[in-house]
Amino acid sequence: MNSLTERFATTGYAAELKRAKDVLGEEEDGLDPMWGSQAGFGNLASGVVKFNIPTVPDPSAFLRMHTDDFADPSCRIKIKHGTTTLAFRFQGGVIVAVDSRATAGSYVASGTVKKVIEINPYLLGTMAGGAADCQYWETYLGMQCRLHELRNRERISVAAASKYLSNLVYSYKGMGLSMGTMICGWDKTGPAVFYVDSDGTRLKGDLFSVGSGSTFAYGVLDQGYRWDLTDEEAQELGRRSIYAAGHRDAFSGNTINLFHVKEDGWKFIGNYDVSKMHYDGPDNTGGYAYELRVEGKSSANPPVTQ
Amino acid sequence: MPDGSFAHPQERQFNPYSENGGTILAIAGADFTVVAGDTRQSEGYSIQTRYAPKVFKLTDRAVLAVNGFAADGNMFVKKVKQRLEWYRHAHAKDMPLRAIARLIQTMLYAQRFFPYYVYNILGGIEEDGSGAVYSFDPVGSYEREACRAAGAAQALVQPFLDNQIYFKNQQPPAGSSHPVHLPLPDVLSIVIDSFTGATERHIEVGDGLEIFVILAKGRSTQGFDGRSGVQELSTTPEGDRVFVIRRELKKD
Repeated sequence: MNSLTERFATTGYAAELKRAKDVLGEEEDGLDPMWGSQAGFGNLASGVVKFNIPTVPDPSAFLRMHTDDFADPSCRIKIKHGTTTLAFRFQGGVIVAVDSRATAGSYVASGTVKKVIEINPYLLGTMAGGAADCQYWETYLGMQCRLHELRNRERISVAAASKYLSNLVYSYKGMGLSMGTMICGWDKTGPAVFYVDSDGTRLKGDLFSVGSGSTFAYGVLDQGYRWDLTDEEAQELGRRSIYAAGHRDAFSGNTINLFHVKEDGWKFIGNYDVSKMHYDGPDNTGGYAYELRVEGKSSANPPVTQ
Repeated sequence: MPDGSFAHPQERQFNPYSENGGTILAIAGADFTVVAGDTRQSEGYSIQTRYAPKVFKLTDRAVLAVNGFAADGNMFVKKVKQRLEWYRHAHAKDMPLRAIARLIQTMLYAQRFFPYYVYNILGGIEEDGSGAVYSFDPVGSYEREACRAAGAAQALVQPFLDNQIYFKNQQPPAGSSHPVHLPLPDVLSIVIDSFTGATERHIEVGDGLEIFVILAKGRSTQGFDGRSGVQELSTTPEGDRVFVIRRELKKD
């Protein structure tokens, strides 16, 4: 109790120290949470957010000048971009499928990125836009979901979790965060998918695709989507849609990661190489490439002679 | 104007960043990790120094390589070391590697709106005794990998590693398969070849090479005890051990 009154008192030792700290404008290093474990999120724990901001008239213009490779391809700090992600709801749960390519300008920075973020055993988040923004804030969302469980003795709904994230990114609107994510899971209402982005948009829906390759994925997805898809059909549709994007979008590709969310939580189905899908398919019984289907049926592609 | 004012409006920009060249690289083995970097520091076409270390020992099982803007890199390493010391005082043990990786993420992300211009590669031994490499972007997105190159010659070195470590675009001989992990002598040869190659073809790479080798607890030094210029940096001979091997690179 003493420590509680002390904290809010306007006189006495603690208040004096606090005033001194305010005057000195203490740096991140001096924060108490840094000494304990706070899971590294100590900079957010005190209520007042302690991100270091450059002391210039327009901080977001500063950030854009140095990091935005769309506005200026020669900018120094290259933040990883480019993606295809999709998620859809159907009779058997939620399918989440993503590619694994990260590009910095035209360089393929990584072909093994995990773009599905496992928030907890019942919630998945997808990554499009800034890789660090998605990783960091969805990890932070995971902590808040756990706190919700401890406080309310029940799991957080997908609607509540996604709203927590959208409110959070909205508070940073205009500062340069870049994320387009789908929060997917299963709660009391059944399977659920919410689209959340850094502009503050939050949409409930059956089917979404996000990223530079999303148009290609939508083409396949819309054509094959039905509510009463079987589990196997749904998984194949997710895989085939990301393959289409990996094939036609230069900023997407390498491998496909496939997840299936059911009543008892999410399950990782597999990792599939896009090139292998093109030539051999998921079970070596024929690739997705159309060469197989036109063999011997056009003059440019005459029948194989024995 | 005589009074010190200007006749025309003046525009100024706040540009706190510079690019200091160099390249870093890390490869994880089954029970060891190798982290290496050249020691040249340059700005534009002029060489500022031929010995500016880019690879730093954090604990007996963790080594951090930094590349990009040297001033940011040195300050970042200093702050990571300080946080690791605080952890030691609070918990009476060294921070595990995967926790250091998460710490680096949160430290980088705290600067999301004023980023460190630094590419980090963390290498070391995981709590289960396996070799591990974590690579980061400047604002903290990270991933565990088996190998990674970063810096000026990234685009020269990474395809070579993809081919030699991941065996990309290689067909195994009939009736056999590619090994999952390479032995230490093979990895050291690949590292040295990567840097001599990058030195030949990139002007910002050269002068010296520092190769840190982290061995899991109980692993013998077999693999590099024949080599010259090996120095042990670990604080105790039991537990995980850290060594550094120094080599000269071309200076032109």
